[in-house]
Amino acid sequence: MSTPITFTLDGQEVEATPGETIWEISKRLGNTIPHLCHRDKPGYRADANCRACMVDIEGERVLAPSCRREPTAGMNVSTDSERATKARNMVLEMLLADQPERQVAHDPDSLLWKWMDKAGLNKSRFPAHANTPETDSSHQAMSVNLDACIHCNLCVRACREVQVNDVIGMAHRGAHSEIVFDFGDPMGDSTCVACGECVQACPTGALMPAAVLDEHQVHAGKADRQVDSLCPYCGVGCQMTFHVKDEKIQYVEGRDGPANENRLCVKGRFGFDYINHPHRLTKPLVRKDDAPKDSTEKLDPANPYTHFREATWEEALDRAASGLKTIRDRDGSQALAGFGSAKGSNEEAYMVQKLVRQGFGTNNVDHCTRLCHASSVAALMEGVNSGAVSAPFTAAKESDCIIVIGARPNQNHPVAASFLKNAAKRGATLIVMDPRGQGLTRHATHMLQFKPGSDVALLNAMIHTIIEEGLVDEQFVQGYTEGFDDLKRGVKDFTPEKMADVCGIDADTVRAVAREYATAERSIIFWGMGISQHVHGTDNARCLIALSMITGQIGRPGTGLHPLRGQNNVQGASDAGLIPMFYPDYKPVTEDGIRDTYERQWGRDLDHERGLTVVEIMDAVHADQIKGIYVMGENPAMSDPDAGHARQALAKLEHLVVQDIFLTETAMLADVVLPASAFAEKTGTFTNTNRQVQLARQVVPTPGEARQDWWIIQELANRIGQTWIYTHPKDVFAEMRLTMRSLNGITWERLEREDVVTYPCDSDDQPGHDVIFTDGFPTENGRAKLVPTTLIPPAELPDDDYPIVLTTGRVLEHWHTGAMTRRASTLNAIEPEPVAHLNPYQMKEMGIGAGDTIHVESRRGQVELKARVDRDVPDGMVFIPFCYHEAAANLLTNPQLDPVGKIPEFKFCAVRVKPVAATVNAAE
Amino acid sequence: MSVATKNGRSRRSLYHSKGRQVDDQALNDIRALLGDNPRRRDLLIEHLHLVQDHYKHLSAPHLAALAKEMKMSLAEIYEVATFYHHFDVVKEGDSAPPQLTIRVCDGIACEMKGAHDLIAELGRSTGADVRVIPAPCVGACDHAPVAVVGQRQIHHATVGSVSEAANSGNILPEIPTYTEFDAYVAGGGYTTWKDCLAGQRERQEVTALVSESGLRGLGGAGFPTGTKWGFLDNTPKPRLLAINADEGEPGTFKDRHIIDSDPHRLLEGVLLASWAIEADAAYIYLRDEYPQSREILLLEIARLKHEDLTGGIELHLRRGAGAYICGEESAMLESLEGKRGLPRNRPPFPAQRGLFGRPTLINNVETIYWIRDIVENGGNWYKDQGRPHFYSVSGRVKNPGVKLAPAGVSVRQLIEEHCGGMEDGHTFKAYLPGGASGGVLPADKGDVPLDFGSLDEFGCFIGSSAVVIFSDEDNIRDICRNLVHFFEDESCGQCTPCRVGCEKMLKLIDAPNWDTELIRELSDTMRDASICGLGQAAPNPVLSAIRFFGDNLS
Repeated sequence: MSTPITFTLDGQEVEATPGETIWEISKRLGNTIPHLCHRDKPGYRADANCRACMVDIEGERVLAPSCRREPTAGMNVSTDSERATKARNMVLEMLLADQPERQVAHDPDSLLWKWMDKAGLNKSRFPAHANTPETDSSHQAMSVNLDACIHCNLCVRACREVQVNDVIGMAHRGAHSEIVFDFGDPMGDSTCVACGECVQACPTGALMPAAVLDEHQVHAGKADRQVDSLCPYCGVGCQMTFHVKDEKIQYVEGRDGPANENRLCVKGRFGFDYINHPHRLTKPLVRKDDAPKDSTEKLDPANPYTHFREATWEEALDRAASGLKTIRDRDGSQALAGFGSAKGSNEEAYMVQKLVRQGFGTNNVDHCTRLCHASSVAALMEGVNSGAVSAPFTAAKESDCIIVIGARPNQNHPVAASFLKNAAKRGATLIVMDPRGQGLTRHATHMLQFKPGSDVALLNAMIHTIIEEGLVDEQFVQGYTEGFDDLKRGVKDFTPEKMADVCGIDADTVRAVAREYATAERSIIFWGMGISQHVHGTDNARCLIALSMITGQIGRPGTGLHPLRGQNNVQGASDAGLIPMFYPDYKPVTEDGIRDTYERQWGRDLDHERGLTVVEIMDAVHADQIKGIYVMGENPAMSDPDAGHARQALAKLEHLVVQDIFLTETAMLADVVLPASAFAEKTGTFTNTNRQVQLARQVVPTPGEARQDWWIIQELANRIGQTWIYTHPKDVFAEMRLTMRSLNGITWERLEREDVVTYPCDSDDQPGHDVIFTDGFPTENGRAKLVPTTLIPPAELPDDDYPIVLTTGRVLEHWHTGAMTRRASTLNAIEPEPVAHLNPYQMKEMGIGAGDTIHVESRRGQVELKARVDRDVPDGMVFIPFCYHEAAANLLTNPQLDPVGKIPEFKFCAVRVKPVAATVNAAE
Repeated sequence: MSVATKNGRSRRSLYHSKGRQVDDQALNDIRALLGDNPRRRDLLIEHLHLVQDHYKHLSAPHLAALAKEMKMSLAEIYEVATFYHHFDVVKEGDSAPPQLTIRVCDGIACEMKGAHDLIAELGRSTGADVRVIPAPCVGACDHAPVAVVGQRQIHHATVGSVSEAANSGNILPEIPTYTEFDAYVAGGGYTTWKDCLAGQRERQEVTALVSESGLRGLGGAGFPTGTKWGFLDNTPKPRLLAINADEGEPGTFKDRHIIDSDPHRLLEGVLLASWAIEADAAYIYLRDEYPQSREILLLEIARLKHEDLTGGIELHLRRGAGAYICGEESAMLESLEGKRGLPRNRPPFPAQRGLFGRPTLINNVETIYWIRDIVENGGNWYKDQGRPHFYSVSGRVKNPGVKLAPAGVSVRQLIEEHCGGMEDGHTFKAYLPGGASGGVLPADKGDVPLDFGSLDEFGCFIGSSAVVIFSDEDNIRDICRNLVHFFEDESCGQCTPCRVGCEKMLKLIDAPNWDTELIRELSDTMRDASICGLGQAAPNPVLSAIRFFGDNLS
């Protein structure tokens, strides 16, 4: 079927592959036919409504839209016949009649004006439409000027078919047709999630980023230059282009990276100006002698000078290093610890772990992966000896059945979510399992709102069903797994009927989804922190692994296991060895042969024991074992469970060095604060959730005296006795490649050229492998290990005193602890204050109105914040995002750890909730 | 709902999820109305009708609740609800329309007979509890002027007769007398169909007869029916049949006549056609202006099922909602899928990818109406009769109505031999051979045979054979304005040449002196570049007016 056909285009014999349109062929041959409604980008279907691309086909009564029409063999097409040219120009002239004048055009460089220029049109002979829509500036991020709208429908397709946010529609009809948000509501009042795809797609300037428009809604002052780099936020790893004017970022646009295909979300597109926030640290700071540390005191990040004084880099670095050195030399290496960051580059992660292992002499190095997917990684390492995803999330394109459990990608991985929604629209089965309803619910074929903490019951009931009903892929199990009999025995009693009460999902539904998953040609599982952040997080992940193994739903296109990684470089930081038990590439620190290699390379004896993890380090501080900590870009004072306890530990330290871009809650307790570089100010490699190693390029210079992170780490290392001589991150990358097989085939030069390479990769001239485990597993015997699990209840169940379940997580607009996004003006304007989410019936029962202040208290702490109505939250639950320093959710959370992954139970603890007014009354 | 912030931009309520919230009461209302109906998206328009019929409008809370119930987005619901004339969307702060709506037809035949004065007078004489609005052609041109009170058509409407109907509360459709099931069977009906079911006829035989008869699509395009059926050969199953009963071309009322007089001849044709092309299901898309036809079809389809005569073919009756464009076959498919009626780009053609993406045969009511007789009497019989079909004749003739005549009859023959001549005191001056789309011809072209293709040389066509007769009392400019205004109002708005073109054309012909050069240029592009026949044909009345009446347009 795919044999090329030959036809005539403008008198030339031309060959075309089936599926190619006349427009595409013509463009390929160097003649771009005018187009407005056609966006020549992935995900956009040609709609052929503007009729600016009409061509003449011999023998046809009317002209044909070249953007949609595929030639047939022997067809005679002319793009330049008088009839076609006249029609195309007339279409432009019709549209021009109703446009604002060029001088006041919202975007004078829009695609529309480009084609007007090419057609030599600046005036229309037609009378204008009487109706001139007014500006809608109700949205924080975008301006809507429908006087420039040509009804090309691109924004509708952007919103509905590409990002599947379904906010924009075309209402009414004929000349009254009108782009609307929801029910014709102001954009800012609508369900718009501000992904900005419409802005990027609009060919006229009718939809634009608000920030680039002046008071007359005109985009004056074009950007001076563009820099291709990456998004600083989540693990999706969107590629983007930064538009820079006067050395400041003006706006960003999505690029065609493998993970985002030009798409972005609100954070990536509109959350870049935090780097210019007045809170930005631009000078090294040292704690004043008369400013003792108080874990409960809140400093003003705008004015650190109440507790700190400015210092020169020399003084600050000397002081930072000597404090660490003194402790090391006095109390031994184990009295020190270091935290790196999943927001830093691979090179920075490598340098931090090297600093701690080589410079401090300990394996006490960790980062926030511990708080995210440590249990997932533990289960995956145990099961298949690889912690990474088996397939990219874009594998959903080929999947027939998709399970999303304990993940809310609409908020946390919005661009990944768009691919899942695309798949659901295409007709794939989408099974969503989450105690809370969510953005994917509407698209789901099955929504299983199970009881919080009952994951193992639900998943084992599915495994039970698959085994009992003979849906096991026997061949796969025999060929590629071990432990099936143990698993089978383990799930024997987990009948869906028995588990129905435990998990709150009826047996028929459990059986139905188990069958769908097992019998679909290609099934894939995505999960997030709803799986991992439990005391039974490792067991949860073990169940998912077992599900995929017994059904053989792994190692083929459209199948697999994909823990959605949270931070932009949590994969890369873990790969680079920023974890206490592993050197780079997950080589155990306890294995002599491996340690020998590093001892030779780093020229000293290395720690033989596994180091302590994030939460364990805080405990060790309380136990007087650890006295000095170096923190690069992390904020444990906000992100750790039972944050009060963590803050006390930080305050108790003899010496705390914090390297960051803001005075974070952690930095407030530091002895030395080193002003570092923000994402857009640095160059380095970052590895996303899909195992795609991508190059970020420096966009703007660091402000004031802030310095590159790699430079700061090296200065510290050299001040505690090392002799590092890196001159650029690429030197570090080259060193990493010496020991990391995962970087095989991925050179710095290649990344500069190609922007991205997926690992594992066979060689410099081969693309990487998107799908792994295609032929067995990288375990010793090539088999995946199936591990049975038992029911472990959450560590702290609700009782009479604390009757409500608290679960924590994120909101769409805010990232992690909020250090960046709370300072991004647009994002903070959309979500400016702490809120607790409850369902309206629960609120009514508790006497809480929307917007009332409520008091939420656990055995560990208390916060006050406003109540938000959220129908997705089940009865008996409150959800609080952990990004708000004013009401830090982690003051409440339970630090109980999963015994294997050492991850705290952020998703479940017991609290009580009261309206504040009632509390006051009771006190009186 | 929103508060102002420092930079002057409003901000949504922070204490709810983004956007509109679903109201529990509204959700209960919707659930009660929908009952056990499936929540499938293709039923959206049916569901909107349920709400509109019950509450006489669509309130924003009800629409939001419907979106939630159907798992659709707010925008998807809103854009469909606002596309169709027969839905009244009422947002917060807007007042709901009165309980009773009187639609006065301002189609060309009714306008000639004083529709505008009637609208104005009714507007003055009715109270606040009644709404009087103009409506595009309601398909009763032989009784012009026509007003529709609620769902009841008032023929030869006067202020008196309309007010009386409004006051009496008699607003349900009047069901005409028609050939019911038993009478139809007594006349030999369903014998052929039973033969087919009994295996006494071959599918290919039926298709061959249709091809042989020379039957052409009577919805307006005139495409050879047998050839069209043949396109379904070798397409993947399941296949579908869609019957276009969205007769909206101004001046056309023959399909109404068929359903309202002999519905089983249509239904037997539907079954025969479905069987012949091996379709599992047939969808009849009926315009909402024909509520009496809907009652008849609902009743008679139920009877067919009761008689166990459907042969396993599912029969679905779907209700339009007031949109001329949905008579365009691919727009009709979109509407059958519950969406806005936007014509599709072709290829792919419906026979390849039609309703719900499945191979679909689309035929007009009258085309299907003839199938039984052709199968029974043979293809040659139909050809020998001169390919008869129904002409809808209206305007300045003594006896307007649906006239059965062979293809190729002339307008003079229709006037003289079928309609009793011109109305007294009127001299034949001009006519529309094919409704609003087919152009305007002068009386001196009155002897031209009316058939597919026969008017090409004049830039005109007969389309659905809607012949409207004008006299020396009628003004060509006014006629053009009425027709172009109709197209402007009914353009779906999808493509530039039609959406903008109709709007600009109306402005150009409103000018005292026509810029004929610009009108021609605009017309060329509308004809060459519009997606569907609406935009392609919309300039026809203006072009033929310039061509044939150039001298007396001012």
